[in-house]
Amino acid sequence: MNEVTIISGRMNPRVDPHLEIWHWEIPFYLFMGGLAAGILFFAAMYVLLNKEEKFSAAVRITPHLAPFVLVIGLIALLLDLNHKAYFWQLYTTIRLQSPMSWGAWVLMLITPISFIWSAIHIRSIFPEWEWKGVLKTVESFFVKQKRAIAWIMLFSSVILGIYTGILFSAFNARPLWNTSILGPLFLVSGLSTGAAMNIMLSKDHTARLTFSRIDLMLIGIELFLIVHMFMGFLASTQVQIDAAELFLGGPYTAVFWVLVVGMGLILPAILEILELKKYKIPVFIPAGLVLIGGLMLRFIIAYAGQESRWLY
Amino acid sequence: MRYAMAIDTKKCVGCSDCVVACQTENFVPIGYCRDWVVEIVDGTYPQLEMEIRSERCCHCENAPCVRCCPTGASHISDGGTVLVKPNKCIGCGACIASCPYDARYPHPDGHVDKCTFCLHRVKQGLDPACVAACPTKCMYFGDLDNPRSDISMALKKRKWKTLIPEAGTNPQLYYLI
Repeated sequence: MNEVTIISGRMNPRVDPHLEIWHWEIPFYLFMGGLAAGILFFAAMYVLLNKEEKFSAAVRITPHLAPFVLVIGLIALLLDLNHKAYFWQLYTTIRLQSPMSWGAWVLMLITPISFIWSAIHIRSIFPEWEWKGVLKTVESFFVKQKRAIAWIMLFSSVILGIYTGILFSAFNARPLWNTSILGPLFLVSGLSTGAAMNIMLSKDHTARLTFSRIDLMLIGIELFLIVHMFMGFLASTQVQIDAAELFLGGPYTAVFWVLVVGMGLILPAILEILELKKYKIPVFIPAGLVLIGGLMLRFIIAYAGQESRWLY
Repeated sequence: MRYAMAIDTKKCVGCSDCVVACQTENFVPIGYCRDWVVEIVDGTYPQLEMEIRSERCCHCENAPCVRCCPTGASHISDGGTVLVKPNKCIGCGACIASCPYDARYPHPDGHVDKCTFCLHRVKQGLDPACVAACPTKCMYFGDLDNPRSDISMALKKRKWKTLIPEAGTNPQLYYLI
């Protein structure tokens, strides 16, 4: 038996005994960012595929949520800062090596775009709405540029979705986060929550079934990525094996496999398959489970990652 | 110029004078520390080994905290020291999460704080406060680019290690073993 006793005189708040620098704000924001990315991605995709009429809810109804989702996410992000009055320093520089800088700038791009998209489709919510004066000119300009806006939205939503994962994966210091799988995993999970939102808000039955099919595919990719993530950890260095152990017998095992994989991925997938087989399933159940699963995934990865470490 | 520090683990007695000296010199808020002492006992009784280390920011050459900083508040300064500009720091915590040594902490004033190698003292020709206060003289500070500096000589004469070199940060805090 080898006895190792480590005594450290360090007890810095929010750093010891293990890192707790990021609380609910960051995973909540990452969920909101991913959700907005998913919603805007599908809206842009169906415009660019010329299927706006067929998927009118995805293009004209669901995107009205995106500005709210983004603004609430941004408020959470601001709450997370310890030096809030200095937040504008983010916009004095572009730092390509910092995922957070990427995130700040892509939000600067996609948030106004989500407002513009909502403004030019406002009549699908309020049919009588008329923009007045200069706003009318601005609106007609944006309506003419709709395809260009859709292209920008398509790319920026992918960057937004992927960056929510890269934010974590860029930290070599936290072995659980330091896997490039997190980028695609969070992107796919964000798209899946966006599809779930469309399932909830689509009135058209065929559109809803298409989104069920898309969501089913995305859930499959997510499961594949999760398996690969663990294979990568277990084939890596001791610190990453220890990080994986947090989920394979460690304190996060039950919450991760039950709440994220079981209730957030497998159960909604089964319900969606049953729906495609013409069983009557209330749509908000699988869609709601996907949304809760996406939120739990980010919370668990955020908290567990801060417990994984190199030293002591 | 390449500032670095070497600490003799055979001489260190773990008195924590370096910790108090730093807290006093740098007005470190109560309950926080920029340097700390680690005591590791390893082995099976009666074959036990003990190592005492005074730890702090390693002022890495490949500093992940500088790379991930979204505003440029964390930067590489004179002699390769890694510093934080408090009025550029938004307190996002990315650098704290990025440090494999957990050498940074959120200052109650909002910005992130850490060891500076006492650059303000070094510029006056003094040693960092921790080095100056050490009663066993187990700490060496100096310029690695100068082959005659105390630290260059110490690293030449003695066996040394750095902490978690496999994290790839190229730390500039050496432990003589």
